[in-house]
Amino acid sequence: MLFSIAHTHGQDFALFLHVLGAMILVGGLLTAASSLALARGDVKFLRLGYFSLLAVALPGWLLMRIDAEWIASKEGWTAKGAPTPTWLGIGFVLADAGGLILLISLITGGIGVRRLRAGKGTGLLKATLALSIVLLAAYIVAVWAMAGKPN
Amino acid sequence: MSFDDWALAVHVLSAFAYVGGIVLFWVLIVAVRRVDTPEGTLRMEPIVKVGNAAVGIGATGTIVIGIYLAFALDSYAIWNGWIIAAIVLWAISAELGRRTGAAYMRGMEKAKELDAARTPDANEELLALNRTSAGVFLHALTSLAVLLILLDMIFKPGAP
Repeated sequence: MLFSIAHTHGQDFALFLHVLGAMILVGGLLTAASSLALARGDVKFLRLGYFSLLAVALPGWLLMRIDAEWIASKEGWTAKGAPTPTWLGIGFVLADAGGLILLISLITGGIGVRRLRAGKGTGLLKATLALSIVLLAAYIVAVWAMAGKPN
Repeated sequence: MSFDDWALAVHVLSAFAYVGGIVLFWVLIVAVRRVDTPEGTLRMEPIVKVGNAAVGIGATGTIVIGIYLAFALDSYAIWNGWIIAAIVLWAISAELGRRTGAAYMRGMEKAKELDAARTPDANEELLALNRTSAGVFLHALTSLAVLLILLDMIFKPGAP
């Protein structure tokens, strides 16, 4: 049933950490997007949204990505000339592009939080919100690809 | 993709929504520990609703589609030990989650009461309710039950 992903039993622990990391990442993104979207200018909630990205989503992404590499390496998917299944390609592209977007949103949000302290506007945190929603959508597609395995 | 592939994908997405909601509540549990005003407590309510929606959709999706898959896929049967374990753990996590919600709703209700009485100042009793150790303990148990479901789903103990 759940996670009947093509893997050998030796990969179970790596798969567990990979899925756990991805779930923490999605949870962090959901929290960040909700807090930033529903803040209505409240500094506490804007900060909560940013720190959800930093302290929850980022560690989740690291755990997910490191374990993805571990599984791929053990399965021989990273070897030169090894065929890449479509679902794996989608997963890798979204994980890496998502990591880059997460990094950009953290930098943008970090500057936004500093600007908040200085009493300036919330424009950068709105950009962080937009990026969080894009990331959330991208990772929903990634989860669908990993679980449903098109092709 | 076959219908069962889609069902599996929605089942896994539901699991992500369930855990995502639990993670969201962990962040709120940490955040609410510093909140001692009715306004601050009530401001959390919209985010709580997002968490409730994620947990509700996630919990329902995992159990309904999970049971469907147990019947639909030839390689699994509903009476497999690891599937029964998952269903039992799901029921435990749902009940623990319900009790966690009830523990934190006391703070929300107190905040509404104070707000209705037009007493916006910091309130010790409200702070104590927002810092409920019973709520933290129950949420930790809920998280543990869900973590065990995840382990059970991946390791599938006893499965051929």
